[in-house]
Amino acid sequence: MEEIKPRIAIHKFTSCDGCQLAFLHLGEDLIRLAEKVDIVHFVEMGPINPTAKVDVAYVEGSISTPEEAKRIREIRDNSRYLVTIGACATSGGIQALRNFADTQSWMKAIYATPKTVSTLDTATAISKHVKVDYEIYGCPVNSQQVLASLLSLLQKVTPTARRDKVCLECKRLGYACVMVTKGEPCMGPITHTGCGALCPSLGRGCYACYGPAENINTDSLTQWLSSLGLSDAEISRHFLFIQNSAPGFKEAGLKLKKKKTP
Amino acid sequence: MPYFLAYEQFNDLITALTALGYRCLGPQVEDGSIVFDDLSDATQLPWGMRDQQKPGYYRLQKSELNEAFAWANGPQAIKPLLFKPKESLWRVERDEKGAFTFKETLPEHKPIALIGARACDLAAMAIQDKTLLQGQYVDPHYRWHREHLLVIAVNCSYSGGNCFCVSTQTGPKATSGYDLALTEVQNGFVVEIGSDKGLSLIESLHCVEASATKTAQAEERSNHAANMQTKRMPKDNSRALRDILMNNLDHPRWQEVAERCLSCGNCTAVCPTCFCHHQTEYPTVDGNGSVHAREWDSCFTEGHSAIHGQVVRDTTEKRYKQWLTHKLGTWWDQFDTSGCVGCGRCVTWCPVGIDLTEEMAAIAGEFNTKEKTS
Repeated sequence: MEEIKPRIAIHKFTSCDGCQLAFLHLGEDLIRLAEKVDIVHFVEMGPINPTAKVDVAYVEGSISTPEEAKRIREIRDNSRYLVTIGACATSGGIQALRNFADTQSWMKAIYATPKTVSTLDTATAISKHVKVDYEIYGCPVNSQQVLASLLSLLQKVTPTARRDKVCLECKRLGYACVMVTKGEPCMGPITHTGCGALCPSLGRGCYACYGPAENINTDSLTQWLSSLGLSDAEISRHFLFIQNSAPGFKEAGLKLKKKKTP
Repeated sequence: MPYFLAYEQFNDLITALTALGYRCLGPQVEDGSIVFDDLSDATQLPWGMRDQQKPGYYRLQKSELNEAFAWANGPQAIKPLLFKPKESLWRVERDEKGAFTFKETLPEHKPIALIGARACDLAAMAIQDKTLLQGQYVDPHYRWHREHLLVIAVNCSYSGGNCFCVSTQTGPKATSGYDLALTEVQNGFVVEIGSDKGLSLIESLHCVEASATKTAQAEERSNHAANMQTKRMPKDNSRALRDILMNNLDHPRWQEVAERCLSCGNCTAVCPTCFCHHQTEYPTVDGNGSVHAREWDSCFTEGHSAIHGQVVRDTTEKRYKQWLTHKLGTWWDQFDTSGCVGCGRCVTWCPVGIDLTEEMAAIAGEFNTKEKTS
């Protein structure tokens, strides 16, 4: 009798498609993984079955249209576990910047017939719409993160990820601190680990694409960035970037944005 | 009896170490700081480079002195070689019958000769030896690295702005723990012997005895480094700090420092005596094997105090308090020594420039500065 394999689906919402690549980038491990699971829906790879019932649904992208708001609820109903991957799905992504603007006036400015475009006024995280079982941070997420989450679920273990700051990873890898050696603004001390300290490895500051770490102190970092010569507007843009709607970043960024310049 | 190693003989030292099978590591300038990397020629050394250090600030500048060791320190020295940032401890495999086999994964690499460790680094190594080699549980991985390390210390002739090893009595001159200790003087180094290995090494180089002038010059260099320090640890880092800290657990300063602290763990990562770590499982995709590895952790992470579904130290105040009370206080109960060696790394590499001597001074009601003595 043939073994019944767990079924997984990879869904896409408003996003750049980059996080799904974390699966394709697994290389040989993807083949090994395919022996353990049935990938029933993964448009980027081939199989298409958007309404399939699955054990684990991985969801990329944010909710920015009425159609998406409906579709995510169907996916939730069809999935035992729902795991979000990437900045868009976990906090809204770069497109959530529209949440701080007047969407309708932008629509009028850009489209000749804005009425033909069906969109919501906001781009929001999946968790604002349905229950999410596990979130994987990153822009994009990496292969090891998605693999570790899936292997945990296959072993019937709750996936865990460290929510430490990028700094510890930087130090483990022996990278020079760009803020201490060059006075380069770096969001590492408030950013979620997982990327392997990619930007500092190239001598540039972290730009917080992995979102907030646990227990962050945005006020202190703001003060230090200010002492390095950054204006409130510049610091605000550091917070209100790829993870602009993530808890902590949003508040810190908006506080600076509203501050009157003397 | 000290020897003299001329600058021209430095490459002979590297050649001799290489011939003995060592991988030679020495200080070099990389990405704006002094780091230890593979050394095959004396020209790779940071000739003329000098570090300017302030809280949260590190810059290298070319000094007028064309010397190889005119700097104080960089972010790391011995710790990452002995207590690795990431290391596999064991792996487990499952055979066709479902039986598990556990295999220890001890390191396998060439022995390392480290040139340029400072007195503070050696003091820190002695403390890590206590932590990881003594008592009931000896760490086999640390022991392996320790047994495969040869240390050529270089005494400081300059102190950085955050150095305070004089007040912790751990420098600036190395007193033990080295195979050879060098002090840079005009045209070369005065060499002191610390072990039989060191002696046979120096004998193989046919070094002459250091003249009285050279040894006097070496002593003057060490004194100069000591005299230029302006930072100090209150109570000269003594056991008294333990009681001061433990009697001030409700001091308002903890809340004040918590407002500045990023809880990022940089201080603990660069501290040469910090040993906290966590262990992680890396299973294979087929589910038939797993590697069990450890990584540096920090008392500033939530994982460090997570027990059974609860994080005990859930605020930055609690975490900073844990760091300082352990490092300067309860370390005495555990290891009969302070955990601080006065290297100043936690001060320099703190992204927001928090200075532990200043925090300790605020709590102890003392000063953390001293006059330059010359």
